[in-house]
Amino acid sequence: MKPGVVLRGIAKSFGPTPVLRGVSLDIAEGEFLTLLGPSGCGKSTLLRILAGLETQDDGTVSIGGRPVDALRPKQRDVAMVFQSYALYPHLTVGQNLALPLRMRRLSKLQRLPLLGRAMPGTRALADGIAQDVARTAAALEIDHLLDRKPGQLSGGQRQRVAVGRAMVRQPAVFLMDEPLSNLDAKLRVAMRAEIKDLHRRLGVTFVYVTHDQAEAMTLSDRVAVMLEGELLQVARPRDIYADPEDRRVAEFVGSPKINLVDGRVPEAGFVDAAGATLALDTGLDRGSAVTLGLRPEAFLATERPGPGVVTGAVRLLEHLGSDLYAHVDVPGLGTPLIARLPAEDDGVPANGGTLHLRTRLDQALLFAPDGRRMRPAKAKRVTPLPLREPA
Amino acid sequence: MAVGQVSWQRAEAAGPRPATALARKRAFGEALAAGLLAGPAVLLLFALFLLPTLAVFAIAVTDWQFGARSLAFVGLKNFAELFADPVFRRSLLNTVVYVLIVVPATVGLGLLVALLIESGQRLRAFYRAVHFLPYMATLAAMAIAWEALLHPTIGIVNQALASVGLPTPNWLRDESTVLPVLAVIGIWQGLGFAMVLFLAGLKAIPADLYDAAEVDGADATFDRLGLVTLPMLGPVMMFVVIVTALRAFEVFDTVKILTQGGPAKASEVLLHTLYVESFEFLRTGYGAAVTIVFLFIVVALTLLQARVLDRRVHYS
Repeated sequence: MKPGVVLRGIAKSFGPTPVLRGVSLDIAEGEFLTLLGPSGCGKSTLLRILAGLETQDDGTVSIGGRPVDALRPKQRDVAMVFQSYALYPHLTVGQNLALPLRMRRLSKLQRLPLLGRAMPGTRALADGIAQDVARTAAALEIDHLLDRKPGQLSGGQRQRVAVGRAMVRQPAVFLMDEPLSNLDAKLRVAMRAEIKDLHRRLGVTFVYVTHDQAEAMTLSDRVAVMLEGELLQVARPRDIYADPEDRRVAEFVGSPKINLVDGRVPEAGFVDAAGATLALDTGLDRGSAVTLGLRPEAFLATERPGPGVVTGAVRLLEHLGSDLYAHVDVPGLGTPLIARLPAEDDGVPANGGTLHLRTRLDQALLFAPDGRRMRPAKAKRVTPLPLREPA
Repeated sequence: MAVGQVSWQRAEAAGPRPATALARKRAFGEALAAGLLAGPAVLLLFALFLLPTLAVFAIAVTDWQFGARSLAFVGLKNFAELFADPVFRRSLLNTVVYVLIVVPATVGLGLLVALLIESGQRLRAFYRAVHFLPYMATLAAMAIAWEALLHPTIGIVNQALASVGLPTPNWLRDESTVLPVLAVIGIWQGLGFAMVLFLAGLKAIPADLYDAAEVDGADATFDRLGLVTLPMLGPVMMFVVIVTALRAFEVFDTVKILTQGGPAKASEVLLHTLYVESFEFLRTGYGAAVTIVFLFIVVALTLLQARVLDRRVHYS
């Protein structure tokens, strides 16, 4: 695996507020990596440091095996798509697309209006630029918009132009800062597929910042979950979901949210939680506290109470067509449990009725009181898929 | 379907007359209310703006002198006399020259100061206030201060020049220096206003655009200026140019206090001519003709803003 982007110990503070606390990350060449986190977690700052728009207080950035800390953004061979698109409003779409090429290929004199055209060689270079712009526009199906100004375009079209402006000079790394968040929900899903396709076609490294877990899960080769300036976990989307390293990762990823239930070990091999005694080997001593993380799909509706069955009153039923989300008030729990049941399940009682839920203990995630994931040797769990070999 | 049609027709047949009468009554009531509500404003508009303007047009075609009991219609004679009058032609030319010096310099320096203040970190409020001071001060009082500074022998300007062996012109009494000196005072006064507007305009430029320019390779000062700052300042620039031009055409205080149009009409400007003709020579009809020329220039400038520039600087 060739080195793509390597971040080592990146730290950054704005005044007294630390934004990044020593972030290290290896991104393989050609990989699609998403920085996922809530707003204010430092993910955009990390991206801006990568682009060279912000200078880190500590740590190093290298791209393609070359340290770039002392280089300006234009020398780093990166292109960036901004949340606001940041198109130049006074230039046409064609001029917007041509700009990065003009800045790169033409000298200062050649860029002068009128006079530049008379300079030797400008003609050939300008023709080359026009061809590259036309090719990019055709690839993104915006060739009919080249003469329009950004103000005359729809949100989706602006988005494409912004991507085009990044694409046109074939950078080694694509940086995208929440590129879809200004689009409406339907267009967002469509553009998501296009960005995925673009990555496949271009085959270059993408670093994508978002707070939307659906984007992160659908687009990425790997997801880096960030919180409060720290990387909590970097893994493939399904591992982030099924095998989180940290309670906060488990909470952030997944919709509806994971059910977190505080439990206690009555004796080795069991956990008392949610009014039931579950046969779960935590490897912990008697009396220890543990938090169970149960995804909504870790429940099965059952007819009768029994060992390992959680019982509560149905508070709310949400029919989503394919699934049925049951919010269940369980005595002793502050928040209702949410269970994802098959929509065709007839046995689910109406609001207020009593529901018995069998827990699929093989899917239970155990968290220590400090939030770290516990992996008892004997406990059964989904075997995580092997991670990519680091370089 | 059939039932619905029948009932609809019936409603149509029975409904119209009372409904129309009611509607007519209501429309009349609304028109009356609208008239009553808008009336005072319309009245004031006429009394304060439109009638005086019409009066000026009316007076301009007469030979009326202020205080005279009689007047005669003279047609365009005042205008013919005006454009044949070397003093007026000199006055018009001086005004244009003054505007052509003051507008580019005020806009350019105002932008430069705004960019410098915006790029600095410290003492921003101080620099802003200092540059804005002349704009807030009374120009009449400031003109007297300038007169003292520019005094040919004891003024600080000439003393400084003399101390390093440079020539010491009599700034306000020399035909070749008087207009540029008045322009400098005009620039000094208007600079702060332009700067404040530019500062507000600079604040409104999205930071993302500068970031995009930097990633795209336009990170040198002039590239940034040409690609982001100036185009995005377009609407503000247009406003500043028009306002500064209008104010420059109106130059009067400094001329009246410092030079009275002299020496040898070298600093005679439109408003001063207007003032002298109307209120010193009391040739009100002639003065009204000057006013109309002035009005024409002002309206032309305003239309220029509305028609031409507006389309070129707003991008959405």
